[in-house]
Amino acid sequence: MSARTLRGKVAVAGIGETTYYKHGKSPDAEFTLALKAILRACEDAGISPREVDGFASYSNDRNDPSRLAAALGLPELRFSNMQWGGGGGGGAAAVGNAAAAVATGMADCVVVFRALAQGQFARFGLGGQMATVSGEPAFTFPYGMISPGQRYAMRAMRFMHEHGIGRDPLRAIALASYRHAQQNPRAVMHGRPLTPEMYDASRWIVEPFRLFDCCLENDGAAALVLVPAERARDLPQPPVYVLGVAQGSEHRNAAPIHNAPLYGTSSFTTVAPNLYAMAGVAPTEVDVVQSYENFTGGVLMSLVEHGLFRAEEAADVCTLDNLLAPKGRLPLNTSGGNLAECYMHGLELQLEAVRQLRGQSSNQVPDVDVSMVCAGPMVTPVSSLIFGSEACL
Amino acid sequence: MMTTYLPEGLPRPVPEPDGLSAPYWEGTRKGELRVQRCRACRAWQWGPEWICHACLSFDLGWETIDGRGTIYSWERVWHPVHPALKDAGPYIVVLVELPHAGNIRMIGNLVGDPQQDVRIGAPVQAVFEPHDTAQPAYTLVHWRLA
Repeated sequence: MSARTLRGKVAVAGIGETTYYKHGKSPDAEFTLALKAILRACEDAGISPREVDGFASYSNDRNDPSRLAAALGLPELRFSNMQWGGGGGGGAAAVGNAAAAVATGMADCVVVFRALAQGQFARFGLGGQMATVSGEPAFTFPYGMISPGQRYAMRAMRFMHEHGIGRDPLRAIALASYRHAQQNPRAVMHGRPLTPEMYDASRWIVEPFRLFDCCLENDGAAALVLVPAERARDLPQPPVYVLGVAQGSEHRNAAPIHNAPLYGTSSFTTVAPNLYAMAGVAPTEVDVVQSYENFTGGVLMSLVEHGLFRAEEAADVCTLDNLLAPKGRLPLNTSGGNLAECYMHGLELQLEAVRQLRGQSSNQVPDVDVSMVCAGPMVTPVSSLIFGSEACL
Repeated sequence: MMTTYLPEGLPRPVPEPDGLSAPYWEGTRKGELRVQRCRACRAWQWGPEWICHACLSFDLGWETIDGRGTIYSWERVWHPVHPALKDAGPYIVVLVELPHAGNIRMIGNLVGDPQQDVRIGAPVQAVFEPHDTAQPAYTLVHWRLA
Protein backbone atom coordinates (compact mmCIF):
# COMPACT_ATOMS: atom_id res chain seq x y z
CA MET A 1 0.00 0.00 0.00
CA SER A 2 1.27 3.43 -0.82
CA ALA A 3 -1.81 5.54 -0.22
CA ARG A 4 -1.00 9.20 -0.71
CA THR A 5 -2.17 10.58 2.59
CA LEU A 6 -1.02 12.51 5.61
CA ARG A 7 -3.21 10.45 7.90
CA GLY A 8 -1.45 9.67 11.16
CA LYS A 9 2.04 10.54 9.93
CA VAL A 10 2.51 13.87 11.70
CA ALA A 11 1.47 15.16 15.11
CA VAL A 12 1.17 18.48 16.88
CA ALA A 13 3.61 18.27 19.77
CA GLY A 14 3.29 21.77 21.16
CA ILE A 15 1.14 24.89 21.10
CA GLY A 16 1.80 28.38 22.34
CA GLU A 17 0.36 31.85 22.26
CA THR A 18 1.10 35.29 23.63
CA THR A 19 -1.26 37.29 25.75
CA TYR A 20 -4.10 38.33 23.48
CA TYR A 21 -4.57 42.10 23.28
CA LYS A 22 -7.15 44.46 21.88
CA HIS A 23 -5.97 45.79 18.53
CA GLY A 24 -3.27 48.37 18.91
CA LYS A 25 -2.61 47.43 22.55
CA SER A 26 0.34 45.09 22.20
CA PRO A 27 3.35 46.41 24.13
CA ASP A 28 5.53 44.20 21.95
CA ALA A 29 6.55 44.57 18.34
CA GLU A 30 4.77 42.15 16.02
CA PHE A 31 8.01 40.22 15.46
CA THR A 32 8.48 39.86 19.22
CA LEU A 33 4.95 38.46 19.48
CA ALA A 34 5.81 35.87 16.85
CA LEU A 35 9.01 34.90 18.66
CA LYS A 36 7.27 34.59 22.03
CA ALA A 37 4.51 32.37 20.65
CA ILE A 38 7.07 30.13 18.93
CA LEU A 39 9.18 29.80 22.09
CA ARG A 40 6.11 28.94 24.16
CA ALA A 41 5.03 26.30 21.65
CA CYS A 42 8.53 24.75 21.82
CA GLU A 43 8.42 24.82 25.63
CA ASP A 44 4.99 23.16 25.57
CA ALA A 45 6.39 20.52 23.21
CA GLY A 46 9.36 19.92 25.47
CA ILE A 47 11.86 20.59 22.70
CA SER A 48 14.67 23.08 22.23
CA PRO A 49 13.80 25.91 19.84
CA ARG A 50 17.04 24.96 18.06
CA GLU A 51 15.30 21.79 16.83
CA VAL A 52 12.94 23.84 14.67
CA ASP A 53 13.94 23.61 11.02
CA GLY A 54 10.93 24.99 9.20
CA PHE A 55 8.13 27.55 9.28
CA ALA A 56 4.74 27.79 7.63
CA SER A 57 2.25 30.63 7.71
CA TYR A 58 -0.54 32.22 5.69
CA SER A 59 -2.22 35.47 4.73
CA ASN A 60 1.04 37.27 3.96
CA ASP A 61 2.25 37.16 7.54
CA ARG A 62 4.97 39.78 7.78
CA ASN A 63 7.40 37.75 9.89
CA ASP A 64 9.82 36.19 7.45
CA PRO A 65 10.99 32.64 8.25
CA SER A 66 14.59 33.51 7.39
CA ARG A 67 14.52 36.38 9.89
CA LEU A 68 12.96 34.06 12.47
CA ALA A 69 15.63 31.43 11.84
CA ALA A 70 18.39 34.01 12.21
CA ALA A 71 16.86 35.55 15.32
CA LEU A 72 16.41 32.14 16.95
CA GLY A 73 19.90 30.99 15.97
CA LEU A 74 18.62 27.89 14.18
CA PRO A 75 21.34 25.55 12.93
CA GLU A 76 19.60 25.37 9.56
CA LEU A 77 16.37 26.30 7.81
CA ARG A 78 14.92 23.49 5.71
CA PHE A 79 11.36 24.53 4.99
CA SER A 80 9.81 27.94 4.45
CA ASN A 81 6.23 28.12 3.30
CA MET A 82 3.51 30.72 2.72
CA GLN A 83 -0.01 29.67 1.80
CA TRP A 84 -1.32 31.72 -1.13
CA GLY A 85 -4.25 34.05 -0.65
CA GLY A 86 -7.45 33.53 1.17
CA GLY A 87 -6.59 35.37 4.40
CA GLY A 88 -7.82 33.33 7.35
CA GLY A 89 -8.81 30.61 4.91
CA GLY A 90 -5.19 29.52 4.97
CA GLY A 91 -5.06 28.55 8.64
CA ALA A 92 -5.65 24.83 8.23
CA ALA A 93 -3.74 24.77 4.95
CA ALA A 94 -0.65 26.14 6.70
CA VAL A 95 -0.80 23.24 9.17
CA GLY A 96 -1.27 20.89 6.23
CA ASN A 97 1.68 22.35 4.34
CA ALA A 98 3.87 21.97 7.42
CA ALA A 99 2.63 18.42 7.95
CA ALA A 100 3.39 17.58 4.32
CA ALA A 101 6.96 18.80 4.77
CA VAL A 102 7.39 16.67 7.89
CA ALA A 103 5.73 13.60 6.38
CA THR A 104 7.93 13.70 3.29
CA GLY A 105 11.18 14.31 5.12
CA MET A 106 11.72 17.84 3.86
CA ALA A 107 11.91 18.94 7.49
CA ASP A 108 11.79 17.40 10.95
CA CYS A 109 10.19 20.07 13.10
CA VAL A 110 8.02 22.74 11.50
CA VAL A 111 6.39 25.63 13.32
CA VAL A 112 3.08 27.00 12.03
CA PHE A 113 2.60 30.55 13.24
CA ARG A 114 0.61 33.74 12.79
CA ALA A 115 1.38 37.10 14.38
CA LEU A 116 -0.67 40.26 14.12
CA ALA A 117 -0.19 43.70 15.60
CA GLN A 118 -2.83 45.67 13.80
CA GLY A 119 -1.94 48.80 15.74
CA GLN A 120 1.48 48.76 14.12
CA PHE A 121 0.09 48.07 10.67
CA ALA A 122 -3.25 48.55 8.90
CA ARG A 123 -6.52 47.20 10.29
CA PHE A 124 -8.50 44.75 8.20
CA GLY A 125 -11.85 46.36 8.87
CA LEU A 126 -10.94 49.71 7.35
CA GLY A 127 -10.24 50.03 3.69
CA GLY A 128 -10.12 51.94 0.46
CA GLN A 129 -7.73 54.64 1.64
CA MET A 130 -6.22 55.07 -1.82
CA ALA A 131 -7.03 57.66 -4.49
CA THR A 132 -7.70 55.23 -7.32
CA VAL A 133 -8.49 51.52 -7.63
CA SER A 134 -8.22 49.09 -10.51
CA GLY A 135 -9.00 45.43 -11.11
CA GLU A 136 -11.84 43.92 -9.10
CA PRO A 137 -11.88 46.70 -6.44
CA ALA A 138 -12.69 49.21 -9.20
CA PHE A 139 -16.02 47.40 -9.57
CA THR A 140 -16.85 47.33 -5.85
CA PHE A 141 -15.08 50.08 -3.83
CA PRO A 142 -16.80 53.03 -5.57
CA TYR A 143 -20.14 51.46 -4.55
CA GLY A 144 -19.12 51.37 -0.89
CA MET A 145 -18.36 47.63 -0.94
CA ILE A 146 -14.88 47.74 0.55
CA SER A 147 -14.39 45.75 3.76
CA PRO A 148 -14.49 41.97 4.21
CA GLY A 149 -17.88 42.25 5.93
CA GLN A 150 -19.32 44.11 2.99
CA ARG A 151 -17.81 41.59 0.58
CA TYR A 152 -19.16 38.52 2.36
CA ALA A 153 -22.57 39.74 3.54
CA MET A 154 -23.60 39.44 -0.11
CA ARG A 155 -22.77 35.72 -0.18
CA ALA A 156 -24.37 35.01 3.18
CA MET A 157 -27.54 36.85 2.18
CA ARG A 158 -27.86 34.69 -0.93
CA PHE A 159 -27.24 31.47 1.02
CA MET A 160 -29.87 32.39 3.61
CA HIS A 161 -32.33 33.29 0.84
CA GLU A 162 -31.80 30.03 -1.05
CA HIS A 163 -32.41 27.93 2.04
CA GLY A 164 -35.02 30.06 3.78
CA ILE A 165 -32.80 30.57 6.84
CA GLY A 166 -33.46 33.44 9.24
CA ARG A 167 -31.00 35.14 11.56
CA ASP A 168 -31.51 32.91 14.63
CA PRO A 169 -28.66 30.50 13.76
CA LEU A 170 -26.28 33.46 13.41
CA ARG A 171 -27.35 34.72 16.82
CA ALA A 172 -26.79 31.28 18.38
CA ILE A 173 -23.26 31.12 16.92
CA ALA A 174 -22.35 34.52 18.38
CA LEU A 175 -23.83 33.73 21.79
CA ALA A 176 -22.04 30.37 21.97
CA SER A 177 -18.65 31.96 21.37
CA TYR A 178 -19.22 34.53 24.09
CA ARG A 179 -20.48 31.90 26.53
CA HIS A 180 -17.36 29.81 25.97
CA ALA A 181 -15.12 32.86 26.36
CA GLN A 182 -16.45 33.42 29.88
CA GLN A 183 -14.69 30.18 30.97
CA ASN A 184 -11.49 31.01 29.08
CA PRO A 185 -9.08 33.34 30.91
CA ARG A 186 -7.07 33.91 27.71
CA ALA A 187 -10.12 35.42 26.01
CA VAL A 188 -10.19 39.13 25.30
CA MET A 189 -13.94 39.00 26.10
CA HIS A 190 -13.47 37.00 29.32
CA GLY A 191 -15.59 38.72 31.95
CA ARG A 192 -17.62 40.51 29.29
CA PRO A 193 -20.67 38.28 28.72
CA LEU A 194 -23.03 38.81 25.82
CA THR A 195 -26.72 38.47 26.60
CA PRO A 196 -29.37 37.74 23.96
CA GLU A 197 -30.77 41.19 24.67
CA MET A 198 -27.41 42.84 24.00
CA TYR A 199 -27.10 40.90 20.76
CA ASP A 200 -30.59 41.86 19.61
CA ALA A 201 -30.02 45.51 20.45
CA SER A 202 -26.63 45.70 18.75
CA ARG A 203 -26.23 47.90 15.72
CA TRP A 204 -26.18 46.69 12.15
CA ILE A 205 -22.76 46.62 10.52
CA VAL A 206 -23.99 45.38 7.17
CA GLU A 207 -27.23 43.42 6.91
CA PRO A 208 -27.50 40.51 7.62
CA PHE A 209 -24.66 41.03 10.16
CA ARG A 210 -24.98 42.87 13.45
CA LEU A 211 -21.97 44.01 15.48
CA PHE A 212 -21.63 40.72 17.34
CA ASP A 213 -21.78 38.70 14.12
CA CYS A 214 -18.41 40.18 13.18
CA CYS A 215 -14.97 39.06 14.38
CA LEU A 216 -12.75 41.10 16.62
CA GLU A 217 -9.48 42.63 15.53
CA ASN A 218 -6.62 41.91 17.92
CA ASP A 219 -2.89 41.88 18.51
CA GLY A 220 -1.06 38.69 19.43
CA ALA A 221 0.59 35.60 18.09
CA ALA A 222 0.05 31.84 18.15
CA ALA A 223 2.12 28.85 17.07
CA LEU A 224 2.04 25.07 16.75
CA VAL A 225 4.98 22.67 16.56
CA LEU A 226 4.65 19.71 14.17
CA VAL A 227 6.91 16.66 14.29
CA PRO A 228 6.79 13.09 12.93
CA ALA A 229 4.21 10.94 14.74
CA GLU A 230 6.84 8.62 16.22
CA ARG A 231 8.81 11.56 17.62
CA ALA A 232 5.65 13.01 19.19
CA ARG A 233 5.11 9.83 21.19
CA ASP A 234 8.37 10.50 23.06
CA LEU A 235 7.40 14.05 24.02
CA PRO A 236 5.51 15.18 27.13
CA GLN A 237 2.13 16.15 25.62
CA PRO A 238 -0.35 13.61 24.27
CA PRO A 239 0.24 13.51 20.50
CA VAL A 240 -2.45 15.16 18.42
CA TYR A 241 -2.37 13.50 15.01
CA VAL A 242 -3.18 15.13 11.72
CA LEU A 243 -5.81 12.83 10.19
CA GLY A 244 -6.57 14.91 7.15
CA VAL A 245 -6.22 18.35 5.58
CA ALA A 246 -7.80 19.83 2.48
CA GLN A 247 -7.65 23.23 0.85
CA GLY A 248 -9.00 24.93 -2.26
CA SER A 249 -12.42 25.94 -3.54
CA GLU A 250 -15.00 24.83 -6.07
CA HIS A 251 -15.22 25.49 -9.85
CA ARG A 252 -14.43 29.15 -10.66
CA ASN A 253 -14.99 30.31 -7.09
CA ALA A 254 -12.81 33.35 -7.84
CA ALA A 255 -14.68 34.33 -11.03
CA PRO A 256 -14.27 38.11 -10.77
CA ILE A 257 -16.77 40.57 -9.35
CA HIS A 258 -18.99 38.04 -7.55
CA ASN A 259 -19.51 35.78 -10.59
CA ALA A 260 -18.75 32.42 -8.96
CA PRO A 261 -21.20 29.93 -10.53
CA LEU A 262 -21.95 28.54 -7.06
CA TYR A 263 -22.30 31.81 -5.18
CA GLY A 264 -24.15 31.07 -1.94
CA THR A 265 -21.31 28.99 -0.53
CA SER A 266 -18.52 29.22 2.03
CA SER A 267 -16.24 27.62 -0.63
CA PHE A 268 -16.08 24.26 1.16
CA THR A 269 -18.37 22.17 -1.07
CA THR A 270 -15.45 20.36 -2.72
CA VAL A 271 -12.93 20.83 0.10
CA ALA A 272 -14.96 19.12 2.83
CA PRO A 273 -15.42 15.80 0.96
CA ASN A 274 -11.67 15.74 0.25
CA LEU A 275 -11.00 16.35 3.94
CA TYR A 276 -13.22 13.53 5.15
CA ALA A 277 -11.79 11.18 2.53
CA MET A 278 -8.23 11.69 3.77
CA ALA A 279 -9.17 11.71 7.45
CA GLY A 280 -11.19 8.52 7.10
CA VAL A 281 -13.94 9.80 9.34
CA ALA A 282 -17.56 10.73 8.74
CA PRO A 283 -19.22 13.98 9.80
CA THR A 284 -21.14 12.07 12.48
CA GLU A 285 -17.83 11.07 14.09
CA VAL A 286 -16.65 14.64 14.66
CA ASP A 287 -16.72 15.35 18.41
CA VAL A 288 -16.02 19.08 18.45
CA VAL A 289 -15.69 21.81 15.81
CA GLN A 290 -13.79 25.07 15.65
CA SER A 291 -15.15 27.04 12.69
CA TYR A 292 -13.58 30.34 11.68
CA GLU A 293 -15.83 33.27 12.38
CA ASN A 294 -15.06 36.15 10.10
CA PHE A 295 -18.83 36.53 10.24
CA THR A 296 -21.39 34.21 11.79
CA GLY A 297 -23.03 33.61 8.42
CA GLY A 298 -19.83 32.02 7.19
CA VAL A 299 -19.79 29.67 10.18
CA LEU A 300 -23.31 28.53 9.41
CA MET A 301 -22.37 27.83 5.79
CA SER A 302 -19.17 26.00 6.84
CA LEU A 303 -21.07 23.69 9.19
CA VAL A 304 -23.58 22.87 6.46
CA GLU A 305 -20.91 22.26 3.83
CA HIS A 306 -18.99 20.01 6.23
CA GLY A 307 -22.11 17.86 6.48
CA LEU A 308 -22.75 18.52 10.17
CA PHE A 309 -26.37 19.35 9.40
CA ARG A 310 -28.40 20.22 6.32
CA ALA A 311 -29.19 23.85 5.57
CA GLU A 312 -32.88 23.10 6.00
CA GLU A 313 -32.15 21.85 9.55
CA ALA A 314 -30.31 25.03 10.58
CA ALA A 315 -33.15 26.49 12.62
CA ASP A 316 -33.54 23.27 14.63
CA VAL A 317 -29.89 22.22 15.02
CA CYS A 318 -27.91 25.47 15.10
CA THR A 319 -29.22 26.56 18.50
CA LEU A 320 -27.33 27.87 21.51
CA ASP A 321 -27.93 24.73 23.59
CA ASN A 322 -26.62 22.49 20.81
CA LEU A 323 -23.49 24.60 20.29
CA LEU A 324 -22.36 24.72 23.92
CA ALA A 325 -19.73 22.49 25.51
CA PRO A 326 -19.77 20.11 27.22
CA LYS A 327 -23.21 18.68 26.52
CA GLY A 328 -24.35 20.20 23.23
CA ARG A 329 -24.91 18.03 20.20
CA LEU A 330 -22.39 20.08 18.20
CA PRO A 331 -19.97 21.94 20.52
CA LEU A 332 -18.63 24.88 18.52
CA ASN A 333 -15.81 27.39 18.97
CA THR A 334 -15.10 26.27 22.52
CA SER A 335 -12.40 28.89 23.22
CA GLY A 336 -14.56 31.79 22.08
CA GLY A 337 -12.73 31.90 18.76
CA ASN A 338 -12.42 34.96 16.57
CA LEU A 339 -15.54 36.50 18.10
CA ALA A 340 -14.59 36.42 21.76
CA GLU A 341 -11.22 34.77 22.49
CA CYS A 342 -8.98 36.58 20.06
CA TYR A 343 -8.88 37.31 16.37
CA MET A 344 -5.58 35.50 15.91
CA HIS A 345 -6.61 35.10 12.29
CA GLY A 346 -8.03 31.70 13.17
CA LEU A 347 -4.82 30.10 14.39
CA GLU A 348 -6.24 30.23 17.92
CA LEU A 349 -8.88 27.80 16.64
CA GLN A 350 -6.18 25.30 15.68
CA LEU A 351 -4.72 25.55 19.19
CA GLU A 352 -8.15 25.01 20.74
CA ALA A 353 -8.76 21.95 18.56
CA VAL A 354 -5.48 20.55 19.93
CA ARG A 355 -6.48 21.32 23.52
CA GLN A 356 -9.78 19.49 23.06
CA LEU A 357 -7.92 16.32 22.05
CA ARG A 358 -5.51 16.68 24.97
CA GLY A 359 -8.34 17.26 27.43
CA GLN A 360 -7.00 20.74 28.25
CA SER A 361 -9.78 23.05 27.07
CA SER A 362 -11.46 25.46 29.46
CA ASN A 363 -14.71 24.23 27.86
CA GLN A 364 -13.73 20.59 27.57
CA VAL A 365 -15.96 18.23 25.63
CA PRO A 366 -15.85 14.71 27.13
CA ASP A 367 -13.94 11.94 25.34
CA VAL A 368 -12.81 13.80 22.25
CA ASP A 369 -11.19 11.62 19.58
CA VAL A 370 -11.96 13.67 16.47
CA SER A 371 -11.48 17.44 16.50
CA MET A 372 -12.14 19.54 13.38
CA VAL A 373 -11.19 23.05 12.30
CA CYS A 374 -12.72 24.93 9.36
CA ALA A 375 -10.70 27.98 8.32
CA GLY A 376 -11.85 31.24 6.76
CA PRO A 377 -15.22 30.66 5.06
CA MET A 378 -16.27 32.39 1.82
CA VAL A 379 -12.72 33.24 0.73
CA THR A 380 -10.60 31.22 -1.68
CA PRO A 381 -8.68 29.10 -1.07
CA VAL A 382 -10.33 27.90 2.13
CA SER A 383 -9.00 24.99 4.14
CA SER A 384 -10.08 22.60 6.85
CA LEU A 385 -8.42 20.01 8.97
CA ILE A 386 -9.19 17.06 11.25
CA PHE A 387 -7.04 16.14 14.23
CA GLY A 388 -7.40 12.76 15.89
CA SER A 389 -6.32 10.95 19.01
CA GLU A 390 -4.19 7.79 19.25
CA ALA A 391 -7.46 5.81 19.21
CA CYS A 392 -8.14 6.95 15.63
CA LEU A 393 -4.99 5.37 14.22
CA MET B 1 -27.62 67.80 -12.59
CA MET B 2 -27.75 64.39 -10.98
CA THR B 3 -26.38 64.08 -7.48
CA THR B 4 -24.33 60.99 -6.71
CA TYR B 5 -25.69 58.09 -4.67
CA LEU B 6 -22.67 58.01 -2.36
CA PRO B 7 -20.61 61.06 -1.35
CA GLU B 8 -17.51 61.97 -3.33
CA GLY B 9 -14.22 60.86 -1.86
CA LEU B 10 -14.25 57.12 -2.42
CA PRO B 11 -11.44 55.67 -4.55
CA ARG B 12 -11.87 56.43 -8.27
CA PRO B 13 -11.99 53.44 -10.64
CA VAL B 14 -9.30 53.27 -13.31
CA PRO B 15 -8.36 50.45 -15.71
CA GLU B 16 -5.44 48.21 -14.75
CA PRO B 17 -2.02 49.02 -16.23
CA ASP B 18 -2.53 46.12 -18.67
CA GLY B 19 -5.84 47.61 -19.86
CA LEU B 20 -7.96 44.49 -19.25
CA SER B 21 -11.12 46.35 -18.19
CA ALA B 22 -10.58 49.54 -20.24
CA PRO B 23 -13.39 48.76 -22.77
CA TYR B 24 -15.88 48.53 -19.90
CA TRP B 25 -14.93 51.90 -18.44
CA GLU B 26 -14.85 53.54 -21.88
CA GLY B 27 -18.35 52.16 -22.49
CA THR B 28 -19.83 53.53 -19.29
CA ARG B 29 -18.68 57.05 -20.29
CA LYS B 30 -20.98 56.67 -23.33
CA GLY B 31 -23.86 55.20 -21.35
CA GLU B 32 -23.14 51.70 -22.63
CA LEU B 33 -22.81 48.49 -20.64
CA ARG B 34 -20.06 46.44 -22.27
CA VAL B 35 -19.01 42.95 -21.22
CA GLN B 36 -16.79 40.26 -22.66
CA ARG B 37 -18.04 37.62 -25.07
CA CYS B 38 -15.90 34.93 -26.63
CA ARG B 39 -15.67 35.21 -30.43
CA ALA B 40 -14.85 31.51 -30.68
CA CYS B 41 -17.54 29.83 -28.54
CA ARG B 42 -19.91 32.78 -27.88
CA ALA B 43 -19.73 32.33 -24.09
CA TRP B 44 -20.38 35.43 -22.00
CA GLN B 45 -17.70 36.30 -19.48
CA TRP B 46 -17.70 38.71 -16.56
CA GLY B 47 -15.60 40.10 -14.92
CA PRO B 48 -13.01 40.49 -17.57
CA GLU B 49 -10.16 38.04 -18.09
CA TRP B 50 -7.61 37.51 -20.85
CA ILE B 51 -8.83 34.01 -21.72
CA CYS B 52 -12.29 32.50 -22.24
CA HIS B 53 -13.03 30.25 -19.26
CA ALA B 54 -15.30 28.04 -21.38
CA CYS B 55 -13.14 27.21 -24.43
CA LEU B 56 -9.71 28.71 -23.55
CA SER B 57 -9.67 30.97 -26.61
CA PHE B 58 -7.82 34.27 -26.30
CA ASP B 59 -10.12 35.80 -28.93
CA LEU B 60 -12.44 37.69 -26.62
CA GLY B 61 -14.63 40.49 -27.87
CA TRP B 62 -16.76 43.11 -26.10
CA GLU B 63 -20.51 43.47 -26.63
CA THR B 64 -22.88 46.18 -25.50
CA ILE B 65 -25.71 44.59 -23.57
CA ASP B 66 -29.21 45.41 -22.44
CA GLY B 67 -29.09 46.92 -18.94
CA ARG B 68 -31.97 44.90 -17.54
CA GLY B 69 -31.54 42.32 -14.82
CA THR B 70 -32.83 40.95 -11.56
CA ILE B 71 -31.56 41.29 -7.99
CA TYR B 72 -29.53 38.17 -7.15
CA SER B 73 -28.42 39.27 -3.67
CA TRP B 74 -28.16 42.49 -1.68
CA GLU B 75 -26.88 44.09 1.50
CA ARG B 76 -27.65 47.25 3.44
CA VAL B 77 -24.49 48.89 4.77
CA TRP B 78 -24.66 50.84 8.03
CA HIS B 79 -21.12 50.96 9.39
CA PRO B 80 -18.78 53.33 7.51
CA VAL B 81 -15.38 51.79 6.78
CA HIS B 82 -14.12 54.80 4.81
CA PRO B 83 -13.98 58.48 5.87
CA ALA B 84 -16.08 59.50 2.84
CA LEU B 85 -18.90 57.26 4.06
CA LYS B 86 -19.20 58.79 7.52
CA ASP B 87 -22.86 59.82 7.90
CA ALA B 88 -23.62 58.38 4.43
CA GLY B 89 -25.38 55.25 5.64
CA PRO B 90 -27.38 53.29 5.33
CA TYR B 91 -26.96 52.53 1.66
CA ILE B 92 -27.81 49.47 -0.43
CA VAL B 93 -25.46 47.40 -2.57
CA VAL B 94 -27.03 44.90 -4.98
CA LEU B 95 -25.68 42.00 -6.98
CA VAL B 96 -27.63 41.96 -10.24
CA GLU B 97 -27.97 38.98 -12.56
CA LEU B 98 -28.26 39.70 -16.29
CA PRO B 99 -30.29 36.98 -18.04
CA HIS B 100 -29.72 38.59 -21.45
CA ALA B 101 -25.97 38.03 -21.11
CA GLY B 102 -25.54 34.49 -19.87
CA ASN B 103 -26.59 35.30 -16.28
CA ILE B 104 -23.42 37.23 -15.56
CA ARG B 105 -23.62 39.41 -12.42
CA MET B 106 -22.75 43.02 -11.65
CA ILE B 107 -22.33 45.00 -8.42
CA GLY B 108 -23.89 48.44 -7.98
CA ASN B 109 -25.99 50.53 -5.64
CA LEU B 110 -29.79 50.33 -5.62
CA VAL B 111 -30.95 53.91 -6.02
CA GLY B 112 -33.97 55.19 -4.14
CA ASP B 113 -34.93 54.89 -0.47
CA PRO B 114 -31.99 53.29 1.38
CA GLN B 115 -34.44 51.87 3.93
CA GLN B 116 -36.64 50.16 1.33
CA ASP B 117 -37.43 46.46 1.53
CA VAL B 118 -35.31 44.66 -1.04
CA ARG B 119 -36.57 41.54 -2.75
CA ILE B 120 -34.27 39.01 -4.38
CA GLY B 121 -35.62 38.41 -7.88
CA ALA B 122 -36.93 41.94 -8.35
CA PRO B 123 -36.38 43.34 -11.88
CA VAL B 124 -33.95 46.27 -12.13
CA GLN B 125 -32.59 48.59 -14.81
CA ALA B 126 -29.07 50.03 -15.13
CA VAL B 127 -28.61 53.73 -14.33
CA PHE B 128 -25.44 55.59 -15.30
CA GLU B 129 -23.88 58.01 -12.81
CA PRO B 130 -21.22 60.19 -14.45
CA HIS B 131 -18.44 61.75 -12.41
CA ASP B 132 -17.39 64.29 -15.06
CA THR B 133 -15.21 66.50 -12.91
CA ALA B 134 -13.22 63.64 -11.37
CA GLN B 135 -9.63 63.21 -12.49
CA PRO B 136 -9.82 61.03 -14.47
CA ALA B 137 -13.55 61.26 -15.23
CA TYR B 138 -15.49 58.04 -14.82
CA THR B 139 -19.06 56.75 -14.78
CA LEU B 140 -20.56 54.31 -12.28
CA VAL B 141 -23.44 51.95 -13.05
CA HIS B 142 -26.24 51.75 -10.49
CA TRP B 143 -29.59 49.99 -10.59
CA ARG B 144 -33.17 51.11 -10.10
CA LEU B 145 -36.28 49.02 -9.74
CA ALA B 146 -37.80 48.45 -13.19
